Amino acid sequence: MALLDIKGVTRRFGDFTAVDNVSLSIEAGEFFTLLGPSGCGKTTLLRMIAGFDLPDAGRILLNGEDLADRPPELRPVRTVFQSYALFPHMTVEGNVAFPLRMAKVPATERPARIQAALEDVRLVGFDKRYPHELSGGQKQRVAIARALVTHPTMLLLDEPLAALDAKLREELQIELISLQKEVGIAFVYVTHDQTEALALSHRIAVMNRGRVEQLDEPSRIYGFPQTKFVADFIGQCNLYSGPVTANAGGVVTIDVAGLGPVRVAATSSIAPGAGGTVALRPEKTRIAAAAPQDTPDNHYRGTIAALRYMGDVTVYIVETPGGTRIEALLANSQSGRAKFFEVGDTVEMSWSVDAGHFLAE
Amino acid sequence: MPARRPTRLAKWLISGPPLLYLLVFFAAPTLIMVLASFRSPGEFGGLAPLVDATGRIDLNVDSYVRFFTEPVFFQVFVKSAWYAALTTVVCLLLAYPLASLIARSGKKHRDLLLLLVILPFWSNFLIRIYAWMIILGPNAALARLVNRVLALFGAQPVPLLFSSFAVLVCLVYVSLPFMVLPLYANLEKHDDALLDAAQDLGANAWQRFWRITFPLSLPGVYAGAALVFIPALGIFAIPDILGGPDDTLIGNLIKQQFLETRDWPFGSVLSIMLTLAALLLAGTAAWIGRRGAGDSRA
Repeated sequence: MALLDIKGVTRRFGDFTAVDNVSLSIEAGEFFTLLGPSGCGKTTLLRMIAGFDLPDAGRILLNGEDLADRPPELRPVRTVFQSYALFPHMTVEGNVAFPLRMAKVPATERPARIQAALEDVRLVGFDKRYPHELSGGQKQRVAIARALVTHPTMLLLDEPLAALDAKLREELQIELISLQKEVGIAFVYVTHDQTEALALSHRIAVMNRGRVEQLDEPSRIYGFPQTKFVADFIGQCNLYSGPVTANAGGVVTIDVAGLGPVRVAATSSIAPGAGGTVALRPEKTRIAAAAPQDTPDNHYRGTIAALRYMGDVTVYIVETPGGTRIEALLANSQSGRAKFFEVGDTVEMSWSVDAGHFLAE
Repeated sequence: MPARRPTRLAKWLISGPPLLYLLVFFAAPTLIMVLASFRSPGEFGGLAPLVDATGRIDLNVDSYVRFFTEPVFFQVFVKSAWYAALTTVVCLLLAYPLASLIARSGKKHRDLLLLLVILPFWSNFLIRIYAWMIILGPNAALARLVNRVLALFGAQPVPLLFSSFAVLVCLVYVSLPFMVLPLYANLEKHDDALLDAAQDLGANAWQRFWRITFPLSLPGVYAGAALVFIPALGIFAIPDILGGPDDTLIGNLIKQQFLETRDWPFGSVLSIMLTLAALLLAGTAAWIGRRGAGDSRA
């Protein structure tokens, strides 16, 4: 039995269906992420788990028990809010003590519990500070300590790092991973940031328009997106659609307007004539000044239309004579040279059949 | 471009007029009053000449001695403080639910409700007090109803008008907006996420109010309490018009000294004592309020 079972949950606001018949299970000890653009229903789903909102249809079961009749204060789950929601009139100690008081933990036991929670988030010595005396990162740590101090069954995190700057966010991501491993509590993490989701999660549910588009491990979400939306939302992706012209020997050929035939490895029974899409990650392409020596599965000539120099890598936008754009990524690994090509250079693009990923329409 | 700072001259030009106004109309009268409190009352009221017939400067502490030796004046102070405190507590109990209702209602209703709270200010203060004479009068529906209910229990009929009850009801009535507005201003700024967080952490409705909403609203409570208590302490029109013979408060006493007894030095002493009491209370409230605000800065 899973720790949390969400069964056919739907939530509507007027004509708008925020969560549309979602079913998923979360296991004990799992770092589970709900990922999607704003308005995809991830926060609504989280609020329903916490009890701040109730499903119009479907059930939410925790350890097999239906939570429908339990208000938030009686659910053994805790939420870490995006705005931290620390009580401004209480010290760090007072904030962390709050759930212990509510749970009627004897006053004699509280100090040790508070210290342990502050140790977990590396905030020892901050007990007497008020929230307005803390930095954003420290506030978030207090919020997490406060949520963990009563040892909940599950921790819900609503974009907890969104308000922090990039450097601090990375630091806290690493800490969150080790913290989750340490406490062993299931984390349900809501974010719209795909790199964050990939870095943190054991499993990710990619949501769009109230539905789960794909639920899988990060590497499979990135490497084998099952829908165009997932391919496009997670990382950068070239998407080429067109009619299938051949399907033989585990290789599907699609005729893409402005590019030509694109060959991609796929175990699909799709018949010629049906529509298909190739999803191709920019880093899986080969970009070179001279034509390749071997005969690659896919080979196109184009000119660099634009580039984005990002320091460690450069993203090149290559335009074929037919007007199709191919995004290619190249690590700036060669010493003595900042980047390989300039705008206007003619380049040879190539990739093998297994570089891309086939999506049937 | 460096930020342009006002020159010293500009600062004085800007702050000069209000400063002058306060000097002329606040500081000077206060000083005159302090001086008057040390002088002797005139034979036919007012003040005796500062320099008497023998050429001696006539300054004394007789009025102060009188204030501190005759217990009746202290008793009036205590009674006034009691009325003001009772008014403050009743106002707080009535205003808190009203202010949170307004703070929680939608934008459209909120403006309307606030308008209703300040609407009484649009009519004259005295007229509103006289209106209560009619409402509480012996032939009005309210008095008849009360006395009919009392008769059911075999009690003697009571007059509502010209009583401490009438004074308190009217004090609460005129003071209520001064409690509602600062409370509303405070409650309106509260972050709902804090209540969600408290609930998520196991707090029920009462605990959420008592541990989160109420402590965070304390600056508003202090501000409202000061705005209600201090004017109520010095009020004279309401006990004059609606009160009974026992409802003489400091305000009435001061008015008596100046207009009826015409003992200006003693009236000045009473005024100074009232001002000192108000200052002391306002200072205490501000100090507590600042401490509370320091804790609740986000």
